[in-house]
Amino acid sequence: MHNPQLNKNGELIHLLSTEGLPQAILTQILDTAQSFMEVSAREVKKVPLLRGKSVFNLFFENSTRTRTTFEIAAKRLSADVINLDIGRSSTAKGETLLDTIDNLCSMDANLFVVRHASSGAPYLIAEHLQRIGRDDIHVVNAGDGRHAHPTQGLLDMYTIRHYKKDFTQLRVAIVGDILHSRVARSDIHALTTLGVPEVRAIGPETLLPKHLDKLGVQVFHDMNEGLKDCDVVIMLRLQNERMNGALLPSAGEYFRHYGLTPQKLALAAPDAIVMHPGPMNRGVEIHSAVADGPQAVILNQVTFGIAVRMAVMSIVAGN
Amino acid sequence: MSNIEIQNGRIIDPKNGVDRIASLYIADGRVAGIGAAPAGFVAGQTIDAAGCVVCPGLIDLGARLNSIQAELAAAVAGGVTSVVVPPDADPPLDEPELADRLVHRGEEIGKARVLPLGALTLGLKGERLAELAGLQKAGCVAFSQANKPVVDTEALLRAMEYAATFGFAVWLQPQDYWLSRNGIAHEGELASRLGLAGIPVAAETIAIATIVQLVRDTGCRVHLTRLSSAAGVALAKAAITEGLPLSFDIGVHHLLLTENDIGFFNPHARFCPPLRTQGDRQALSDAAAAGVAAICSDHTPVGADDKLLPFGEAKPGATGLEVLLPLTLKWAEAAGVSLSDALARITSAPAAVLGSESGQLAVGAVADVCVFDPEATWQLTPEALKSRGKNSPWQGYFLTGKVRHTLVGGRIVY
Repeated sequence: MHNPQLNKNGELIHLLSTEGLPQAILTQILDTAQSFMEVSAREVKKVPLLRGKSVFNLFFENSTRTRTTFEIAAKRLSADVINLDIGRSSTAKGETLLDTIDNLCSMDANLFVVRHASSGAPYLIAEHLQRIGRDDIHVVNAGDGRHAHPTQGLLDMYTIRHYKKDFTQLRVAIVGDILHSRVARSDIHALTTLGVPEVRAIGPETLLPKHLDKLGVQVFHDMNEGLKDCDVVIMLRLQNERMNGALLPSAGEYFRHYGLTPQKLALAAPDAIVMHPGPMNRGVEIHSAVADGPQAVILNQVTFGIAVRMAVMSIVAGN
Repeated sequence: MSNIEIQNGRIIDPKNGVDRIASLYIADGRVAGIGAAPAGFVAGQTIDAAGCVVCPGLIDLGARLNSIQAELAAAVAGGVTSVVVPPDADPPLDEPELADRLVHRGEEIGKARVLPLGALTLGLKGERLAELAGLQKAGCVAFSQANKPVVDTEALLRAMEYAATFGFAVWLQPQDYWLSRNGIAHEGELASRLGLAGIPVAAETIAIATIVQLVRDTGCRVHLTRLSSAAGVALAKAAITEGLPLSFDIGVHHLLLTENDIGFFNPHARFCPPLRTQGDRQALSDAAAAGVAAICSDHTPVGADDKLLPFGEAKPGATGLEVLLPLTLKWAEAAGVSLSDALARITSAPAAVLGSESGQLAVGAVADVCVFDPEATWQLTPEALKSRGKNSPWQGYFLTGKVRHTLVGGRIVY
């Protein structure tokens, strides 16, 4: 099957998912991001790689945080950035997704950063661009439904590599609402592609997708068992609407079983790092003593995120 | 009406075990002779069918006619001479007057026969009964909820009791409302990978178990439409073996495709019920091969605007009337089913579900006939289809089996 992320030379032209990307491309992105870390330390935090190019942030679903990091990354690459809060404009007037895209194509866009509530929406856009012959326009998925959030997955990989150096000796646990998490899916594919031998998923059955084992993941329902000797613990956000209902009885019971406390963290490797894609629910999935503790690398993830997004945008727009 | 001679075709009439090269003679809208012309027969028209198969016109147990003129033209272009129309039109077919109008419109157009299914409940809401007897009088052949489940089990029980009172058949697509309402794909590996909300197999088996129990209690004759799972087929087969008045059909796409055909979110592979696993597809294929199930197109024309959307927002379904025959042939070849048995699934098997005498070419039978070239290959393109629905997972594919002529009641309509 044709993978719409790659051109016929096998180069990355869109970033839609971490699934199906060769290890070499993931490594290329991480290496490029590393070179951009130095830019962020400069007084003039700019490189001219995307000078004269236009990056459109198309957020069909609101997210100030992710949009801001993409905006900063694009500006550091010297691109012009246009933010469109589409949730409140075109679609409200009945315009279809592809009509919106056609319109923006006529405005000399070079790169679309897309966030959408429906899984697969960025694929639809990428395929449409190919159909109408606009292979000069690139798509970066900034989160689609429950499917993927590849730049978050990549910045997680960057963080892990930064602290742990070698992927091939690691035990990584992902804890919480994996069923609804695009971050978890992107992490899982990236981790297995990069050679992590043991990826664990920890959560109650109601928050785990079926057949996770087929993705190369080991499932644990008991957090104490699942965290044992892990080198990396990735906590996931529990959405408010999932806390009381058919999936979980209460935030309190969830925290007792799946909240990361100092006691539970002590079961992991002594030098384990704790990650979280943010925003955190303190006292729901993570105890403040852990979130603010010495093993948490959560704020560094955000910093790395800018370099990773610079890397992704410069690579796809350069191919 | 002039007499017609269809010359030298391979006549396949599965119901009567006929498979031989001969001429078919048609007079007064009926089959007048096979091989030998009846005394005094003078052909007003002749059709050269050398190299072609001459079989009973196809009977499609499920086709939506959004724009009736185009879709009935599509039907006869696909060799389909009778179409069963589900009641989920706009407005739903829940009043005798609406059924009456549909039947008359069909007669006016004069292509395929229109056999409407009346709504079982008003507005298909699953609450109040529709006027079943009135609908039947207006031409409805059975009663159905299309793919809208009756949520209230008591309402379903009462509807089946009421239908049984009059001896009416009820057609139900078994899908538990609660387990299917949020789902968009089979709850399996692919849905987990793509982050698509799942519909578990239990949505189908729970509904079948409920329906089967109610059939046992009411004696109502039930036809289950569009089964999708191995477990569902097993339950339906067990009920048939038990001797309950039950039958079922399978959409032709479910015989050929699986969840993996969704690939990278292909909206043309979104169906209701969803495509499931290879094991499920195999069980459906085995049931069709064994002759316990009829095959239908589940023709659902969907405009481009309703398909060119993210997977979960795209409307489910595919165009079917013009691909029912070639896809059935494709399935038969892959499954090792003979041509005659394959044709039985789309002629005599659906006729049996309808309790109809059609779907055969015995002398005296109504001359609904399909003449097709089993070797001819054609490419499925939007232009190649008469249907307004160009939505197909087979766009661009080459299909084998091309209809040359279709006769309805002894009239050449294609």
